[in-house]
Amino acid sequence: MKLLRRLFPAIGSRLVIAVPYLWLLCLFLIPFVIVFKISLSQVTIAMPPYMPVFGLEDGVSGFLEKLRGLSLENYVWLFGDPLYINAYLSSLYIAAVSTLLTLLVGYPLAYGMARAPANLRPLLLMMVILPFWTSFLIRVYAWIGILKPEGLLNQFLFFLGVIDEPLIILNTTRAVYIGIVYSYLPFMVLPLYATLEKMDYSLIEAAEDLGCTRLSAFWKITFPLSLPGIVAGCMLVFIPAVGEFVIPDLLGGPRTLMIGKTLWSEFFSNRDWPVASAVAIVLLMILVLPIVYFQRTQARAREQA
Amino acid sequence: MAGTWGRFNVVALVLGFAFLYLPIVLLIIFSFNESRLVTVWAGFSTRWYGEMLNNRGLLDAAWVTARVAFLSATVATVLGTMAAVALTRYVRFRGRLLFSGMVFAPLVMPEVITGLSLLLLFVAIGFDRGFATVTLAHITFSMCFVAVVVQSRLISFDESLEEAAMDLGATPAKAFFQVTLPVIMPAVIAGWMLAFTLSLDDLVIASFTSGPGATTLPMKIYSQVRLGVTPEINAVCTILIGIVAIGVIITSLVNKRREVLRRREEATP
Amino acid sequence: MKSLGSTRRTFAPWADPDAKPFIRFENVSKRFGDFAAVDNLSLDIYEREFFALLGASGCGKTTLLRMLGGFERPTSGRILLDGQNMLGIPPHRRPVNMMFQSYALFPHMTVEGNIAFGLKQEGMPKAEIAERVQRMLKLVKLESFAKRKPHQLSGGQRQRVALARSLAKRPKVLLLDEPLGALDKKLREETQFELVDLQYELGLTFMVVTHDQEEAMTMADRIAVMDKGQVEQVAPPQEIYEAPASRFVADFVGSINMFEGTLIREAGGPQLKDRSGLAFDIADSGDASPGETAWLAVRPEKVRISRERPEVQNAIDGEVWDIAYFGDMTVYNVRLDDGRVVKASTINSLRRLEDALTWHDRAWISFSADAGVVLTR
Repeated sequence: MKLLRRLFPAIGSRLVIAVPYLWLLCLFLIPFVIVFKISLSQVTIAMPPYMPVFGLEDGVSGFLEKLRGLSLENYVWLFGDPLYINAYLSSLYIAAVSTLLTLLVGYPLAYGMARAPANLRPLLLMMVILPFWTSFLIRVYAWIGILKPEGLLNQFLFFLGVIDEPLIILNTTRAVYIGIVYSYLPFMVLPLYATLEKMDYSLIEAAEDLGCTRLSAFWKITFPLSLPGIVAGCMLVFIPAVGEFVIPDLLGGPRTLMIGKTLWSEFFSNRDWPVASAVAIVLLMILVLPIVYFQRTQARAREQA
Repeated sequence: MAGTWGRFNVVALVLGFAFLYLPIVLLIIFSFNESRLVTVWAGFSTRWYGEMLNNRGLLDAAWVTARVAFLSATVATVLGTMAAVALTRYVRFRGRLLFSGMVFAPLVMPEVITGLSLLLLFVAIGFDRGFATVTLAHITFSMCFVAVVVQSRLISFDESLEEAAMDLGATPAKAFFQVTLPVIMPAVIAGWMLAFTLSLDDLVIASFTSGPGATTLPMKIYSQVRLGVTPEINAVCTILIGIVAIGVIITSLVNKRREVLRRREEATP
Repeated sequence: MKSLGSTRRTFAPWADPDAKPFIRFENVSKRFGDFAAVDNLSLDIYEREFFALLGASGCGKTTLLRMLGGFERPTSGRILLDGQNMLGIPPHRRPVNMMFQSYALFPHMTVEGNIAFGLKQEGMPKAEIAERVQRMLKLVKLESFAKRKPHQLSGGQRQRVALARSLAKRPKVLLLDEPLGALDKKLREETQFELVDLQYELGLTFMVVTHDQEEAMTMADRIAVMDKGQVEQVAPPQEIYEAPASRFVADFVGSINMFEGTLIREAGGPQLKDRSGLAFDIADSGDASPGETAWLAVRPEKVRISRERPEVQNAIDGEVWDIAYFGDMTVYNVRLDDGRVVKASTINSLRRLEDALTWHDRAWISFSADAGVVLTR
């Protein structure tokens, strides 16, 4: 490592760092600053539909004048209206429940994969990743045909004679749970599989040798040792699920409140860019802690490897 | 490992994979349905594929998407690989924490936030929205996925290979392109494919950053899905699934073949 | 080493027809698909015995151990422990404990937590657990490491934690899978003696799997040499070395010179006549009967090497082909005129030897009539 850094010419190494760094700075970080600025602006009927708009031609006095035009009004509005607060709370709740459900579905699957014969494992891994490669939108869309009142699930249940009248699932929050669990399952399974697969099986044998039943060996050894995978999987599901738009929009009903949907309609239907920006900034504030936590655990795991 | 847990594992695998695949399989089956009603089987037919091919708007959107995906995946692969090298090889440089933060955060960042922020950037600098803006947006978030995929390969890369190359007289750049890059190539290709499908897939960010004349396929599908499920959309989805499945199968076969060849070479000295 | 102890000298329950075996493998087989890892094997092990299973990897020794531990189920046959049939009893209800080759220390628990783990499963009262853990830590000399996690320990310390953990429950039998395999040579030699002392002090039955013949020889009361799922020979170390039962055992343990020939009976006693016409005097023809093909196996340290023809019957001359100098001893490879190579080793008891043999010298190799063993298989 040391040798490499000494030998690698400074210019080459600087370029390798600088190009992606600058790209992310300009197209990832600076946009957030702009979002923040616009969240302090007011809506107008113009293009762009907010004011003030800063420009180089303003000069210093013009800049200061316009700076006074910024205010926290949109945030006051946001926290004054229970609609937004409820949307945030409901998003967090739905994301949390879905994450738990995904864990409950994903853990046995990951466990089964990790304990499968070694020559089968690459195939199983491939089979988990494959749906992830097919369009997210398509996978959500596929559930509409299944969950509709006259859809395939109800037809099947009628056929079995389990139900007399169709279950109403589509356009309810239950459909959103199903959609999130389905779409995000690979994100849960992959980190879980990674930790379970590299776990030394002789640890389980040692626990059994020392008096554990299979089940208690699972709870005392396998489960605690898979916690890093559980945390990573839950983060990968929970954080994007809070801001999810497509799933609640296509599968959820009018009563399903999620902040991603609210932001979308503020922006596209109400054309209120400043409020949409404020919604985004508050959402980011809520998610910043889990994101930083996720980033740090990932970076640490990678550095240890 | 036999006994109850063995059975439990098999049941978990069967149920898990049924859950993952059944919806997709049903969608494919019903794309060959004669009836306009998507959920009632009325006999085999390929008429919806024909109708799809006559839908000008759909084909235009598909062409836009293909170009965006190809271009953004290619640039994202270059940038993402550079980012991965930077993160793996240079343990200390100013602003490394911020850099690794910017690489990992987009992986979990809700798309509405990324989409909105990029749009506001383009508006603020007066960049007309269209093909270029969608491509730039896609490069930005997919390069992070590429970086993560390539980085996990680079971590296990034996650096003494590169040192040996330099010891034998290669310049650092040559050592990278002639030794490191060929070794990590499978990861780079996987990164490209991931970036390509992410772009092919994206609705939210494209909706924010796209402009007139640059409607992508997911946007088109979305606007039709909102009006209800149609067999035509099933047909489009089936074709997309087919393309991705073929791509994935070909790469895995190529990788497997390469692996077999490598093993055979190792076996015969 | 241990045979020097006076109590040890009389410890030979296998020679006592009235002694009851403590562990009994009865016609045990274990098949994985077509492959028989253990093939119709029977074996008796006695209480307080330090028993070693020795063999190359894949000979079935670990499978045998794991069957006793309850991790593999025999395809056929019975395993009795203290008279009780072990079939179908899961590992957690067997009165045996295992020390794993990888040690299998729980990475999320401290040293203390690891040692206490088995006791907690029994539902032992807390105070008693604490006391037992202390005793175990003292036993393996790790008192000051109680709060460490496994990854903060050295290889030797981890090995001792694994040992303490498997001993904490006071098992009737301790199974050890390559217990010293992960240690470096020096540490391995020290630990060998520690293990033997510990076993003797605690009065436990130890069953150890190893591929290292020196390790088996120094530690075990008896050794079972295994090959292809079967036991080739069960005997105390000295007997394994000096009276191997087969060519496989003779070859696997230590090094050996093997002369193939036909047994003949002369007036002076039995002889082995090999294909190039050489006839060796032998003191004891073993199981071989006249006219039968047999092998004479002679250990290199029982072969003498000299410039002049010695006064014994069994002497052949050849050319010094190779010399391997080990410091304490030297091994000469002498090439006979028909191309065969015979090994002879000498102890370097003198610091300097005038007129030492060197490459391409003519030399005589010789051995007495009772130096070798006659083998029929």
